[in-house]
Amino acid sequence: MNGLIRKLTSSKLFSALMALLVILIFNVFLNRGFLSITVVDGHLFGQLIDILNRSVPVMILATGMTLVIATGGTDLSCGALLALAGALSISLIRGSSTIVNEYSAIPFPLVITITLAVTTLCGLWNGFLVARLGIQPIVATLIFMTAGRGIAQLITGARNLTTNYAPYSVIGQGWLMMLPVPIFIAAAVLLVVWYFTRRTAFGLFVEAVGVNASAARYSGINSSMILMIVYSISGLCAGVAGLIYASGIMCADANNAGLNYELDAILATVLGGTSMMGGRFYLGGSVIGALIIMALTKSIYAFDVAPESALVVKAFVVVVVVLIQSPFFKNWRDTVKNRRAAVGGGEVR
Amino acid sequence: MNGRRRFSVDLKYIPALSAIILFFAAYAIGGILYGDRGFLTTRTFATLFTDNAYLGVSAVGMTLVIISGGIDLSVGSVAALTTMMLAYFTEVLHWNSALMLCVVLLTGALLGFLMGLLIDVFDVPPFISTLIGMFLARGLCFIISIQSITINDPLLRSLGKWRIKLPTAARAAAYINLSVFTFIAILIAGIVIMQFTRFGRGIYAFGGGRASAKLMGLPTRRIQVGIYAFNGFCSAVAGILFSFYTFSGYGRHLYGMEMDVISSVVIGGTLLTGGVGYPIGSLFGIMIYSVILKFISFNGSLSSWWTKIAVGVLLLFFIVMQRVTVVLANRKKRIQKQEAR
Repeated sequence: MNGLIRKLTSSKLFSALMALLVILIFNVFLNRGFLSITVVDGHLFGQLIDILNRSVPVMILATGMTLVIATGGTDLSCGALLALAGALSISLIRGSSTIVNEYSAIPFPLVITITLAVTTLCGLWNGFLVARLGIQPIVATLIFMTAGRGIAQLITGARNLTTNYAPYSVIGQGWLMMLPVPIFIAAAVLLVVWYFTRRTAFGLFVEAVGVNASAARYSGINSSMILMIVYSISGLCAGVAGLIYASGIMCADANNAGLNYELDAILATVLGGTSMMGGRFYLGGSVIGALIIMALTKSIYAFDVAPESALVVKAFVVVVVVLIQSPFFKNWRDTVKNRRAAVGGGEVR
Repeated sequence: MNGRRRFSVDLKYIPALSAIILFFAAYAIGGILYGDRGFLTTRTFATLFTDNAYLGVSAVGMTLVIISGGIDLSVGSVAALTTMMLAYFTEVLHWNSALMLCVVLLTGALLGFLMGLLIDVFDVPPFISTLIGMFLARGLCFIISIQSITINDPLLRSLGKWRIKLPTAARAAAYINLSVFTFIAILIAGIVIMQFTRFGRGIYAFGGGRASAKLMGLPTRRIQVGIYAFNGFCSAVAGILFSFYTFSGYGRHLYGMEMDVISSVVIGGTLLTGGVGYPIGSLFGIMIYSVILKFISFNGSLSSWWTKIAVGVLLLFFIVMQRVTVVLANRKKRIQKQEAR
């Protein structure tokens, strides 16, 4: 029993999970009807479902981000690529039509394929800059972070393009088995990435590159190929998140879609226990991180304050979680543990 | 020393030098395209400074941070908090505005100091700890007030409106204001700090190699915390200048300013890997950014989002060039080493 507790508390996911639990419990007391889930027209409604549903774009971005961060990098471009995906998909659906349309100009699967292919290519370009030209990830992805929104506005002609094409709305607003469709998309993305990284050697390669890229190369891993794949995956994730986001509002807003989402995705990943130095990564942790961010935002909305004031609380929660995970406290915990062991006459270490 | 060419320039100067060359090239192109519309007048040149002085002030602080191998995402939010505090305390609470100027400067430095502590003592990556600072400052703005507050304080008004006429033709009168002087003062301070003080040389050493700086016995904690405190101070100055520019305090001011500043600094030849860079380069980074804005306003038919694409393309150009110079420098070093053998 003791061993189990120790194993649980020493798990990387533990602090993130505890933070999420604390926020949820806090909500249960302050926010009446927080746990209640009702069935309306065969759809499940409730605040918990809402948190899950709304955290999907950040969750998907964080999935790609986790791999990028595991290689010791950062992808700042994913928020802008999210906006680009929305702009591209809606302008493809509208084609040359000048009014709000209810049909698609080109076949719908083609719209999705082109959109995802473009964001994946943007990701690949980031990967190329990082892997082949050896440019720092923050700078390499900063290019698309600034230019991506510009390109998105170029596509939409700096207007907020809208559409009424019904199949498109399914992605972000549809229902499946009583639950919102985005949740299933997120689950599918996670499952694929999980399988790809944990059931093949790919995950190991990613971690190896993150720990020491040149050592990984000497041990026969094609480091630059791994990096390019990882950044492409992040681009692909941004594309999927962009489709969901734009479909949720049926509008391509190049300026505000996914604004600062890249920061939230990085935050979710770090809250989930993945170190920004690279190495071990925790996909499950990133999912919990994304949920923490959304649950926190949601719980602050319950108070009657400006939504932006939520940032202060967010800052404090992040400080606490980050401090708990910091090497400083880990050292401190270890010394306390060792001292206790020494005093008790037991084995030291 | 054999085989040294007469006109060789140390490779570390190349990124900053090319920023300077690019600025003059862009300015000349603007002169050719829009010269008949007054692109080359002193007035236009003066507005390059007056319109973006606040960005420049922030860029000087950011240059120090980036040379140290760090990054600061909080500058836009801290500057917005400065405008908000200045407006709220002078207009709503009727505090003395001269006192408030000191208070906001201290607040900026304090926020920077706290972020520096988080980075140095607790080993939180700069990206995350300044992100926390960004959230905190932005949130505080909205806790103070969710509205935009107009500044009517006589002292602040007169400081913001104060300007000197430059000796030009009356038709295109050119002015420089307090923002420009502040920018120049901070820029000179930045240059002096980096070139002539122990602190500045320590920053270069720290950015070049953290572990070796520590082993050399440099006070790395004082250096790192000092850098972020200085940058917080610069953000506050930038916020003050921005509120002189708009005469308002608002929580939504200066969204995304950090990325403009970071890209200008990178375009100005400072390497994000740390250890290399000059405040004077950042001046030209900001000037290039201002010229792009001027191009767009002079053209008239281009939308403002072309700025983003242009900045992106310039970033790409400069980053690839920096990379090439680093590779060349390494090769040169290797050759020298072989020759020495």
